[in-house]
Amino acid sequence: MKRLAIHLKNYKAHLVWGPFFKLLEAIFELIVPLVMAQVIDEGINNNAGTGYILSRGFLILALGVVGLCCALICQYVASKCSQGYGTLLRNDLFSHVNKLSYKELDKFGAATLVNRLTADVNQMQNFVAMMIRLFIRAPFLVIGAAVMAMIINFKLALVFLAAAPLIALVLYIIMSRTVPHYKTVQKKLDTVTGITRENLSGVRVVRAFANQDYERTRFKAAAEDLTRTSNTVGAISALLNPLTFAIINVAILAILYFGGGIVNDGEMTQGEIIAFVNYMTQISLALVVVANMVILITKSSASASRVLEVLDTQPSITDEGNTQVVPDDDAPAVSFDHVCFGYGDGEYALDSLTVDVRRGETVGVIGGTGSGKSTLINLLGRFYDVSEGSVRLFGTDVRKYPLEQLRTTMAYVPQKAVLASGTIRSNMQWAKKDATDEEIWRALEIAQAADFVRGKKKGLDEIVERDGRNFSGGQRQRLTIARALVGSPKILVFDDSSSALDFATDYALRKAIAESKGDATVFWVSQRATSIKNADKIIVLDEGEVKGIGTHEELFDSCEVYREICLSQVSKEENAR
Amino acid sequence: MNMSTKELVKRLLKYVRPYRFLLFVAVISSFISVAASLLTPVLIGDAIDFIVGKDNVDFSQVIRYIGYLGITIAFATIFQWLLSWSTNKLSFSTVKDMREDLFNHIDRLPLKYIDSHAHGDLITRMGNDIEQISTGLLQGFSQLLNGVFTILGTLVVMFIVNWILALVVVLITPVSLFVAAFIAKHTHDMFIKQATVQGKLSGFGEEMISNAKVVQAFSYGDDADKYYAEVNQELYNYGYKAQFYSAMSNPCTRFVNGLVYAAVGITGALLAVNGIGSVSAGLLSTFLMYSNQYTKPFNEITGVITELQTAMAGARRVFAVLDEPTESDDSLLPEIKECDGTVRLDDVSFGYTQDKILLQHINLAVENGQKIAIVGPTGCGKTTLINLLMRYYDVTDGKILVSSHPVTDVKRDSLRKCFGMVLQETWLTGGTIKENIAYGKRDATDDEIIAAAKAANAHGFITKMSKGYDTVVSEGGDNLSQGQRQLLCIARIMLTHPPMLILDEATSSIDTRTEIKIQKAFGTMMEGRTSFIVAHRLSTIKEADLILVMNDGNIIEQGTHDELLAKKGFYYNLYNSQFAPV
Repeated sequence: MKRLAIHLKNYKAHLVWGPFFKLLEAIFELIVPLVMAQVIDEGINNNAGTGYILSRGFLILALGVVGLCCALICQYVASKCSQGYGTLLRNDLFSHVNKLSYKELDKFGAATLVNRLTADVNQMQNFVAMMIRLFIRAPFLVIGAAVMAMIINFKLALVFLAAAPLIALVLYIIMSRTVPHYKTVQKKLDTVTGITRENLSGVRVVRAFANQDYERTRFKAAAEDLTRTSNTVGAISALLNPLTFAIINVAILAILYFGGGIVNDGEMTQGEIIAFVNYMTQISLALVVVANMVILITKSSASASRVLEVLDTQPSITDEGNTQVVPDDDAPAVSFDHVCFGYGDGEYALDSLTVDVRRGETVGVIGGTGSGKSTLINLLGRFYDVSEGSVRLFGTDVRKYPLEQLRTTMAYVPQKAVLASGTIRSNMQWAKKDATDEEIWRALEIAQAADFVRGKKKGLDEIVERDGRNFSGGQRQRLTIARALVGSPKILVFDDSSSALDFATDYALRKAIAESKGDATVFWVSQRATSIKNADKIIVLDEGEVKGIGTHEELFDSCEVYREICLSQVSKEENAR
Repeated sequence: MNMSTKELVKRLLKYVRPYRFLLFVAVISSFISVAASLLTPVLIGDAIDFIVGKDNVDFSQVIRYIGYLGITIAFATIFQWLLSWSTNKLSFSTVKDMREDLFNHIDRLPLKYIDSHAHGDLITRMGNDIEQISTGLLQGFSQLLNGVFTILGTLVVMFIVNWILALVVVLITPVSLFVAAFIAKHTHDMFIKQATVQGKLSGFGEEMISNAKVVQAFSYGDDADKYYAEVNQELYNYGYKAQFYSAMSNPCTRFVNGLVYAAVGITGALLAVNGIGSVSAGLLSTFLMYSNQYTKPFNEITGVITELQTAMAGARRVFAVLDEPTESDDSLLPEIKECDGTVRLDDVSFGYTQDKILLQHINLAVENGQKIAIVGPTGCGKTTLINLLMRYYDVTDGKILVSSHPVTDVKRDSLRKCFGMVLQETWLTGGTIKENIAYGKRDATDDEIIAAAKAANAHGFITKMSKGYDTVVSEGGDNLSQGQRQLLCIARIMLTHPPMLILDEATSSIDTRTEIKIQKAFGTMMEGRTSFIVAHRLSTIKEADLILVMNDGNIIEQGTHDELLAKKGFYYNLYNSQFAPV
């Protein structure tokens, strides 16, 4: 909790003044019925005169104006403080998420993290505002009205003491019954929209199987289910207003009944009865607020714990204490030394890989899905830490590198081609903030992307929409490749990143990279034998095991898995070419 | 497109029509509950008038009024509940019908529409927009009803009881309307700015977090933090203002209410003192309560109007989809009873838009049992051909005949059932693995399903899952790898035994070793069946009877593998590029 409250530190004054002014307003609000009672008792019944009535009138007006000012001050303070709190918390959470490593990111999943960053933080921000506005005011009004009633007449105030808890109970029961139902309703609504989404994304398959009627029945069932639950919730929550109305008015009945006797005994005046009725109405309004507050607190504490869960998660990979590494020019560019890695407690996803890669070499990595190809890449960039053994880059263990240096030394082209919103230029400058247009064009040229970028009206300033969805899959892929090439990294990693390209483009790309890479070391992960055939070294993986390391010729002769892969893709004679 | 509001209301009312009984109940309940709750202050005031002071309380009268009050309260309570209940039911039922209509309509929309519109937008209409119609109907309607009755009722009663005091209330109350309008105008601008920045911020946050791994690979985190903080600050600047402006309305309207309260009290007292219009203390108390009741709908009116406006906007968006033309009616057309496996394209031309013709004058005759491979660079029109075969799109010119029937002259369903289709993009429905395999034949027995899974080489991994065939495929399909999903799609086809096959990059996401096994399965399946195969991997199509080489929307070469190689043309280059040394 401390972690969450820390952002309120700058707003200590706000937290005091906000409720204070709200309290003042509430006090003024409570005084008004008293003054009105005086108007009736003194002004009308005791004939105190026009002057007296007018003076009381101005008093009520003055109370109103001062109350308004207090309320506005409070609202202003609450707005500044809560928005400020939300802003700070959001920044903190966002940058914390950015520091988490793959392991933690996998645990949460992007969807939940985004949700916590938006909906949950907003909920907490809302909570701070409400806390300032209502936390003090509503309970104060309830208690204040009860106290005022007691001051006027203690015996009659017992009606309050009976009615208030009763109202609170009704509110609590109904709300606690309906709130969980609202969640169910939301879930069922999600099912309804989910079926719609499915039918849109799978429109070809649905129609291919002529299953529209079936889908309609499915949707109908979901829609009816939603309606049923909504009706149930509706019926319960519909009770809320009538019941509170009934209790309050029955309480007023009681006030009239018992009050009549008390007035008859001369212990109370007529005006005071009116004030009593007034306080009763006030209390009911405030109690509704209190009930809403209870709900708000429950919701917010759920949000708070979700946000806290993220903030309390420490990144498992840190570079604390690591200093800039001076690369050893004589050491291999990359060496895997008995590297083992498992994602969970189960089997190793990569089992005992040992290989040295010299500067400037091209390494092909091949294997089926789940063979450990991506794991190898992830260990190289220290996105996960090895379970056993070590990965060294230019002679130094990757765990000794500052992360920034490590990740600028290597550039990575992911399997899933995603761009960030912005322009082509802004995307190209990810790795090197000050990359010139010349550098960018060179990278685009190599990535076979220059042609279509040139075809865009605005060239490098062409807008990239979210996730780069205004580009085709193949274009996106080529742009992500260019992005990695900018800044001339020492190690280039392609994680199955040409799958959306046809053979001709794939070939042209590989050729261009080979010609321009200089002494950069290249890792080429692929499922296509033809893509890696000409690598200096090929690593063959199968279900986490290293099945062979060598050149195409060596492996084709000695490694059965490799030969099988090659043969499945092209015929025997062609492999010999 | 631009529906008038009148037309919009008319269409909405059409949905309400089946539930007009509920509407009737709502109106009656609203009337009675408002009348009863307006009567309460009068009765309370009357009762108070019999409680004047020491030894001056008329108990029998007080008790009589308490009795009246009890009855009134009971009425108000019951009918208030009835009002909520009926409007709830009314709006939920109406909205349910609307949802079903929308879904059924979407299901009949041509692919042209679905492909060219953002799915998220259609889903928002189904979810959010209709939900807004629901709340608009629910809250807007019941509040409006109550508000109108309350205002009218209080006005009538106030003028009957004392016209001078009534005039005071009527003159001051509209001030709250002005205040509310003034605040709403300023708030609205800020809210729009806030929403824009909020969208920008959430969008950026989502983008960065869902691509966190790439962000890290490029050490882009700090830059992202910086930009995020910048936009966040912008949000703060608009956010606190928007919040403050909107938070002003509550104290301001409360102030106006206080004003009315004071004015009524003082005027009433002055009238009483000066003996004008026989104002008693009880009457004054009634008036004070009335003025509160009367002002309440005015305070809420801005909310109600916004509510109704958003509902109308939602309705407009929903009806806009419902007005989109659906696929032409084919219920009277004959079915393809027995598919003979032949396909003919007669001078077919097609473009997704009229001004850009993609396929030009394509002729093709496919015999039963032939394997047709379609190759060519990305974007050359391979998938378009399949869109036409399945009649997802209609040709711009020319004719397609399947089993000697022009595709436009038969029922779509019967045409599509001629083909078994496996696409590159795997699509599974939310449900168990078993349900997914049986998607094309829902009455399949377990044995048939298992046999199909075995044929698709999926049985192994399915049985390894903890719940086997009853494993639920999660919505994102995260519990299955891309390859496994593809195997399920293949099993789905293996179960239906269609006369013809369409394989569009069907094995591109499966690793090569599994692919070998699947190719074998496909081989058996394609035996004697007409098949269309789109592939990047040339090895998979070498065996085809006919290879169509496409480029820029035209079939530029056709023939068998050997013929095409001998030609030394486009195919020759394409084929050789994969073996060129690097």
